[in-house]
Amino acid sequence: MSIKRREFIKISGLTAAGTIIIPQFLQSCTGKPLSDNAGSYMNHFEVNQELLHKVISAAMEKGADYADLFFEHTLDNYSALEDGKVNSAYSNIAYGVGIRVIKGEQTGYAYSENVSPDAMLKAARTAANIADGSSSVSPVRVNEYLAPNFYPVKQSWENTVIKDKIPYIQRMNDNIFAADKRVTKVNAVLGDSTSYILFFNSEGRLVWDYRPMVMMYGMCIMEQNGQIENFFVGRSNRMGSEFLTNDLVDEMSAEVVKKTAMLFTAGKPKAGEMEVVMAPGESGILLHEAIGHAFEADFNRKNLSIFSDKMGKKVAEDFVRIADDGTLPGRRGSINIDDEGNPTQKTIIVDKGILTSYMHDRISSKYYKVEPTGNGRRQDFRNIPIPRMRSTYMENGPHKRDEIIASVKNGVYVENFSNGEVNIGQGDFTFFVKFGYLIEDGKLTKPIKDFNIIGNGPQALSDIVMVADDMLIDGGVWTCGKNGQGAPNSMGIPTVKIRKLTVGGVNV
Amino acid sequence: MNTKEKYDLADLAIERALKSGAQQASVNIYENRSNNIEIRDQKIDNLKESNRNSLSIDLYVDKKYSSHSTNRLKKEDILKFVDDAVAATKYLAEDEFRSLPDPELYYRGGGPDLKTFDPAVDGIDAKTKIDLANKALNEAYKKDDRIISVSSYYSDNISNQVMATSNGFRGDSQNTGVYLTVSVSVKSNTGRPSDYWDENAIFLDKLKTDGIGQKALDRVLKKIDPRKIESGKYQVIVENRVAGRLAYPLYDALSGSSIYQKQSFLIGKAGKPIASPLFSVYDDPFIVSGQGSRLFDGEGFAAIRRPIIEKGILREYFIDNYYGKKLGMKPTSGSSSNSVITPGTRTLEEMIRSVKKGVLITGFIGGNNNGSTGDFSYGIEGFLIEDGNLGHPVNEMNITGNMTKFWFSLAELGSDVQENSSLKIPSLMFENVDLSGI
Repeated sequence: MSIKRREFIKISGLTAAGTIIIPQFLQSCTGKPLSDNAGSYMNHFEVNQELLHKVISAAMEKGADYADLFFEHTLDNYSALEDGKVNSAYSNIAYGVGIRVIKGEQTGYAYSENVSPDAMLKAARTAANIADGSSSVSPVRVNEYLAPNFYPVKQSWENTVIKDKIPYIQRMNDNIFAADKRVTKVNAVLGDSTSYILFFNSEGRLVWDYRPMVMMYGMCIMEQNGQIENFFVGRSNRMGSEFLTNDLVDEMSAEVVKKTAMLFTAGKPKAGEMEVVMAPGESGILLHEAIGHAFEADFNRKNLSIFSDKMGKKVAEDFVRIADDGTLPGRRGSINIDDEGNPTQKTIIVDKGILTSYMHDRISSKYYKVEPTGNGRRQDFRNIPIPRMRSTYMENGPHKRDEIIASVKNGVYVENFSNGEVNIGQGDFTFFVKFGYLIEDGKLTKPIKDFNIIGNGPQALSDIVMVADDMLIDGGVWTCGKNGQGAPNSMGIPTVKIRKLTVGGVNV
Repeated sequence: MNTKEKYDLADLAIERALKSGAQQASVNIYENRSNNIEIRDQKIDNLKESNRNSLSIDLYVDKKYSSHSTNRLKKEDILKFVDDAVAATKYLAEDEFRSLPDPELYYRGGGPDLKTFDPAVDGIDAKTKIDLANKALNEAYKKDDRIISVSSYYSDNISNQVMATSNGFRGDSQNTGVYLTVSVSVKSNTGRPSDYWDENAIFLDKLKTDGIGQKALDRVLKKIDPRKIESGKYQVIVENRVAGRLAYPLYDALSGSSIYQKQSFLIGKAGKPIASPLFSVYDDPFIVSGQGSRLFDGEGFAAIRRPIIEKGILREYFIDNYYGKKLGMKPTSGSSSNSVITPGTRTLEEMIRSVKKGVLITGFIGGNNNGSTGDFSYGIEGFLIEDGNLGHPVNEMNITGNMTKFWFSLAELGSDVQENSSLKIPSLMFENVDLSGI
């Protein structure tokens, strides 16, 4: 090993700063032949083919079926505004390699934050202990997979100095304060993240990925006659700094001001079961919680999901078609490859109301003898990949939004959400509504806020009785938690009506 | 790295920061090792070993502030990292409230041994760990025909940290923990309910290893085929192991940042009643082998035992250095250590026996609280209580209310304080609570 260590680590603090050293390989990412890119990634992580084979051999020396190496270098930056000024910044560097060994359905895992041969071999031998035999592995030919790019970057975050970020964060603050005299506090944050991923497995597959991510949010506080209300608007994409535009900031600030102001007159719904109409966009949280998690194949492989015996069965009306899709350009939930080196795809999970596919990782696709769906994801190199959603959405249906609302005598219309949760086995799922309206005699009436809705996944799916033609993918900052790992997601849905859910309200 | 090497690296980073133009700096070096084993149906599902390091530095440069962390700890990397971080900070706006704490508030050494570290944890061999997990699992495995799956989880961790600041603070601490959990899933007519039981300890020889699988199995068998009940106002008992869910919004509302950002429903309530007179909370950092025990907090403040809520009256907030300056309030500590809630005298069973019609909440799912207003709504599961007896399991319901009023409806606290947690909370009984069901 005589590859000179590059100075890539230097970009960390500098990303938050004004000056930049772009690593050599980044320039080569933008047009040179692929093999150069692969070579650059290998240089970046100080490995060559011989060393990759050596580590894989160590990982498999106890007779495993399979092993993979996941190299990651991530740079995160946050710039935050409080009291009208961008006056704090945070950055983090995470660097290392995760080594996974599989024997049947069993997994051994270890990682090293140091990519020296000794450190990697030690971690590989730790992970190898999941198997208890012995074998020697002869190197397989390195087979590079060239993934399509669903998030081409025009201007990388490494190449964007904090001076260029501050005006947009400041604009959010100034817009919000200018829009309404009742505004007393604004918090605004811009966070960007750049990950370099290099993946290699015992089948010889070599893949690299460059993953940008940005999130921006504004929090508005208003006060009126002693009443304090807050609202939050966020946007996130896999994009470079071309994400930052005045139009985007203006749209976000207008939305947060409008919604915060409406909360002064918002009340609580009545407690109990009622019809629920879900607005297009954010309401995709329904799909994520009510059925998405229960369709993740690990829960089904282990027989733990309430949908474990529903494959190929009718679970919804004919007009219901639901996808989990990693290919939407620039979306937060998009991935070029999953974290097991598999290509991403658009996976149809419900078609014509029939459950057609679970979401798979490597272990579950082998178990079910199906092709991988590209859902094997991990929070970072410190974690074992598991099936995770990407962008989960329902496609358009036959109804119109107006006819859906007009069909409800007494119910709620829900528009914005903060969080949700599901119990995979019993099927209970929830989402917390930040803003919506009562529906009375077919019309949206009084604004409502801050209540939980709870239902049962299979029941709610079969209770989707109307689907409109106004599907919208939400651009919000959604992060899903599972087994202690976070993963970025997107979600979307057209206006839909659910026959009944239990609304957390007051008893009068 | 041993402790001395960590101090040396921290000193190096601070020295470099000052040389590069910072007036003040604070460095924290953290190391954590952990092992995780999951056994499913008597077969090892996964083994995981983690070794994690990080260095973080807070910088104060010409009244400007930023914070940076990295897991690349080679000296030459750290020097460059610090240079870049100082350069980055200069682009920010000034903030007059940013500076290190007054050294008078720092921990100065000489504190008691809080026994948060068990050297034996480092020496537990793989076989012992797997045997512990198997033993716990076997208490439930194949013990009932309805069982679909039994999983057990063993994990341990060993962590240590060193903190140093440019104005004189130096402190280090080390912690261990061992954890054992069993989760059981069963098949029923209406779903595949699951439940769990877990135990943890700082010292391996204090870990309760008996009854974990049995308790998980007992719990899940009781909750088969739940159904919701009518919406209404009920007497509610919240079981100790989940009662924290209702208390966390209080802690959020007590923090200096929430108060400053008007995301607290407890602004201006110091000295005023915020809960039933039955409710008292102390922050006690000095409990021997407490999960939250510490001699100093994350900013170096010397730990003190203090009342937070006394007989329903709010006494003190959690104020860190920065928001203390902004709010003009005396900094206490920005975070809680061990939160000790004064228990009552009756057991959970005795409290249940006293309820004519109500609900025992044993689990929460989803929901949230609005920090500014205190409006909350959470999904729940549990059991109907009728005439002092537990009835059928309930699920798919919500509890809804407002934190500023809800805590006044606290009618009784149980004697069953949750011991193996930094939040030492008993089961709680509330009157007249809004539940949403049918």
